[in-house]
Amino acid sequence: MINTDILIIGAGPTGLFTVFEAGLLKLKCHLIDALPQAGGQCSEIYPKKPIYDIPAFPEILAGELVDNLMKQIEPFQPGFTLGERAETIDKQEDGTFIVTTNKGTKHRAPVVAIAGGLGSFEPRKPPIADIVKYEEHGVEYIIRDPEMYRDKDVVIAGGGDSALDWSIFLTDVAKSVTLIHRRNEFRGALDSVEKVQELKNLGKIELITPAEVVDIIGAEKVEAVSVKRNGDIFNRPCDHFIPLFGLAPKLGPIANWGLEIEKNAIKVDNSLDYQTNIPGIYAIGDVNTYPGKLKLILCGFHEATLMCQSAYQRIHPDKRYVMKYTTVGGVEGFDGSKKEAPKAVVKAIE
Amino acid sequence: MQDIKITIIDREGEEHLVDAPTDMNLNVMEIVRSYELAPEGTIGICGGMAMCASCQCYVLSDHELPEKSDEEEAMLAEAFYVKDNSRLGCQIRITPQLDGLKVQLAPES
Repeated sequence: MINTDILIIGAGPTGLFTVFEAGLLKLKCHLIDALPQAGGQCSEIYPKKPIYDIPAFPEILAGELVDNLMKQIEPFQPGFTLGERAETIDKQEDGTFIVTTNKGTKHRAPVVAIAGGLGSFEPRKPPIADIVKYEEHGVEYIIRDPEMYRDKDVVIAGGGDSALDWSIFLTDVAKSVTLIHRRNEFRGALDSVEKVQELKNLGKIELITPAEVVDIIGAEKVEAVSVKRNGDIFNRPCDHFIPLFGLAPKLGPIANWGLEIEKNAIKVDNSLDYQTNIPGIYAIGDVNTYPGKLKLILCGFHEATLMCQSAYQRIHPDKRYVMKYTTVGGVEGFDGSKKEAPKAVVKAIE
Repeated sequence: MQDIKITIIDREGEEHLVDAPTDMNLNVMEIVRSYELAPEGTIGICGGMAMCASCQCYVLSDHELPEKSDEEEAMLAEAFYVKDNSRLGCQIRITPQLDGLKVQLAPES
């Protein structure tokens, strides 16, 4: 069981900044995210895109913003459960919450802050009839254990980095690798494209373009896929079909936590503290909604800041506190570090 | 600058004739969102960077549209339910020339 003060669901910019604001109040944070890395959409979708509306940053790349936030929160030693999706929440008699992930990791905290953006990133499934039937029977959307494909015939579909990189990787493992894409052009990194070209020339990857998989064939498990190219349809025997079409966010299990949902977002009290209809559970950043809501990173930062003050009161109902400016109080990390403004030097004029 | 009229067929098949301003640098995806013709969270997920395909639409009128960028081509190559007249709504900027444009939203995927 992981114990913390504020359990943050979602490690995007809003979730990360929450660690900082909580840290100033001496509250410890732990973050859960379905993605294997922190940063949310900024890291997953557009790390190289510039953002122009972060106050005091005329321009910053999304990836840099995440790096800076990680650096800013480092003194507060946040814990991370990455690559796991928050699945269930149970309120305990003592008022704390236990959040369990899809892999069974349990976390306990008196305050839960949902900073889940548009939801957890799930693989996009191509609209092929009966594809669900073959899941776990030869259709995988994520490669968890490459050994599964040893000496197998594998068909990968997609045109991005993951399709290219896994095609390259699996040439050393699988009996055969076939890569199918709707265009001749691939949008993945240039050296990956060149490597696939090289492997194709060596006969280690079979490339079928411009083409798409339109059907799956097999009684119990995948035995072949139906491929459509230039109007012709032919079967390609294989043991595994791996469609890699990127990830899309889905609100997912948090939609079933008893929270008030409106427009695919969690309703909160924005006049006070961004608390949801369940006391002790807050929702901040893109995942929440209230009259006039804007899904902006800078709004998420603001919401996180107010939410932490409320969380403090909830955790310490008998303590009085007023917000201190960092220019005055500095930043005292949980790691023993201390940052503060240098003392002014007072010098007399003789 | 004047508003133009565009027709948007939503994912339920209902047709909406809406006014779209030409002076706010908006695109078709944003017009759909401003009239709430698709549920929030199901359109414009990447914000309009041609990095998801949640705003895919079929262009039903014969307006001349801006050329597809490499990014849009690449994204459409990985989208689902793609047809010859598929475009990403976020890449179609509202201009006076698009008066009378008619688009249909592609299914959610």
